[in-house]
Amino acid sequence: MSILIDADTTFIVQGITGREAVNLTRECLDYGSGAKIVGGVTPGRLGRDVHGVPVFDTVAQAVAHHGGRIYGSVVTVPPAFTKDAVFEAIENGIQLIVIVTERIPRRDVAEMVELATLRGARIIGPNCLGIIVPDVIKMGGIGGPAKNAAQAYTPGPIGVISRSGGMTTEMSSTLSAAGLGQSTAVSIGGDAIIGSSYAELMPLFEADEQTRGIVIYTEPGGRMEAELATWVTVNESRLPIVAFMAGRFMDEMPGMSFGHAGTIVEGKEDTASEKIARLAQAGIAVAERIEDIPGMIKAKITERAPA
Amino acid sequence: MRFFEFEAREVVKRAGIPVTDYGFTTDAGEAREIAQRIGGPTVIKSQVLTGGRMKAGGVKFADTPEEAEAHAREILELEINGHMPRGVLVDPRAEVEQEYYAGVVWDGTRKQPVMIFSPVGGIDIEQVAEEQPDKVGRRHFSNILPLSDFQAKEVIASTGVSGSALNRLVPIVTRLARLFVENDMVLAEINPLGRLADGSFVALDAHMDIENEARGRHKKLLAELGVGEEETRQAREATPFELAGEQVDAQDHRGVAGNVTEFDGNLGLVIGAGGGSLTLFDAVRAHGGEPANYCEIGGNPSVSKTCGLAKLVLQKPGVEQIAVMMSIVSNTRVDIVARGVIKACLELGFDPAEKIAIFRIPGAWEEEGFKILEKYGVDYADRSVSLNEAARRAVEKIQGASAEAA
Repeated sequence: MSILIDADTTFIVQGITGREAVNLTRECLDYGSGAKIVGGVTPGRLGRDVHGVPVFDTVAQAVAHHGGRIYGSVVTVPPAFTKDAVFEAIENGIQLIVIVTERIPRRDVAEMVELATLRGARIIGPNCLGIIVPDVIKMGGIGGPAKNAAQAYTPGPIGVISRSGGMTTEMSSTLSAAGLGQSTAVSIGGDAIIGSSYAELMPLFEADEQTRGIVIYTEPGGRMEAELATWVTVNESRLPIVAFMAGRFMDEMPGMSFGHAGTIVEGKEDTASEKIARLAQAGIAVAERIEDIPGMIKAKITERAPA
Repeated sequence: MRFFEFEAREVVKRAGIPVTDYGFTTDAGEAREIAQRIGGPTVIKSQVLTGGRMKAGGVKFADTPEEAEAHAREILELEINGHMPRGVLVDPRAEVEQEYYAGVVWDGTRKQPVMIFSPVGGIDIEQVAEEQPDKVGRRHFSNILPLSDFQAKEVIASTGVSGSALNRLVPIVTRLARLFVENDMVLAEINPLGRLADGSFVALDAHMDIENEARGRHKKLLAELGVGEEETRQAREATPFELAGEQVDAQDHRGVAGNVTEFDGNLGLVIGAGGGSLTLFDAVRAHGGEPANYCEIGGNPSVSKTCGLAKLVLQKPGVEQIAVMMSIVSNTRVDIVARGVIKACLELGFDPAEKIAIFRIPGAWEEEGFKILEKYGVDYADRSVSLNEAARRAVEKIQGASAEAA
């Protein structure tokens, strides 16, 4: 199985007529068994189509045209309009929203996430590349064109969660080359406040029978790794986890931001070394190099497997 | 972006929170005039964006306007932790009975702002939280439900404050929370918040930090405060090399080839994307390499933009070779980056095969990219070579080349 999406997931693309959105739509339609993109929304563009996907002015029109609930939406509209687009999706019954847009102020993100929580919806991102279930479906630009995505991602037992979109693919490719496929890979976004953190996705992987281990990509900045360490300890997770920590050099450069908006050392708890210590305390192994990850997670899975 | 104290105080004042009758100036003579107007003992405070100004001699007490002028003259010339002051603040020395703390920050885990209050102010709130945890109150508040006075009342009362102090503090903390939200702050702090002999409260110092991504919607406020659009106020000021990197990135809107940070090594880095750059920079250093810079490529930049970035790095004094490396790309095209870096070498009269220590970018359009690299004899690697291995090879090569030259 997979988490969040499967072959039957229906979704729309908000901002579908933008250059990147047109590419993303093509990629998702081409990948695996072909995504069920049931509509796109760009205000003022009703009646057009993008690679055969009908375009609407409003999400409500897309829902009416589909004739039933639409499960997801990929939001790729400029930062100033993202909050409204996400509110529109939520108020029209969308359950899963992948926000691709970068540089959205935190206040807007926090408002979107709180409304989503009130309505029982889930947000992935912002500033992310989306979700991929290898050989089945992808929702978002993750992995790029279908041909490239197929080269990096293969089906298997590892759940991947990453704060970096590109590194989701790099790590999955390394796992695939070592014969370890992925159940689902999720690019969760690089901002200081995001819709779904590691700890918030863990229960889904925990409940997924296919998943036997987790690999995460982490960076300095924020408390997300501490939250994961606590979650794993409190819930006695069945899943072994291997983490890779990038940006160790940033510990020497407090107050400077590198890589992603959320990646900045503001206090002691933000540092790479502090995070590594916390993860280790919770039994999460931290790899020094990407190429060490497959061996480490294999060993951990074997260790936990019933004899 | 951090505000100077004099700017933060203005923000506080505009929110309807009482402040002292201070004055800001960049001129010692004017400091005397302000002190004269205040008409009593004053404090002269250096306006720098760094901690420890008290210890460094950036805060001085004056009894007379003449003394205020003398202190101001000294402080205006005083560099603190590598920062020259923007000016000085001349503040009346208030007779404070007790110092309190009030602040608002984001909680990224709860995804809500949190009000923090303490009747122990004037020192670092983290120290208070450690030593007297019962004296620090915290309360989250909703992003979408109305903000109301009772929330501030709860957080203040939770620290044992009651009586008229409680009633006078409630509107101050509520206003602070409101200004935090309305101005897209990531930190809004009044410390100390002083209680005077007559029972009234006044903000004696303030720290404000506005989110960079939201600056566009506060142009009016920033202009009124005199904050320049080009001011980044990072932990250290941008170097000319870094500013040149920003110019390269701004030449067209396609993709990113910038976010340059200067270091002083001999290995120039043309790397990406966000996470890949962090990983690669660590890897180069782990193998004993000395990066000349940090940077990021991503989002499929044009050939000319990539070329511009590569040229900038190649021309940096001390750079012997460059390493062109990225995590697997799906949006950025390998052939475009290859063309950009080769063009940069050729235009500067360098042999790409010698100047490019390694090219490791697998992914979209890699066959086309690798063909171009082969044509110029550039050492390249595909995805079977890890980021770490690519970094190791680059470091080995540049160390070999340096040894040969010596």
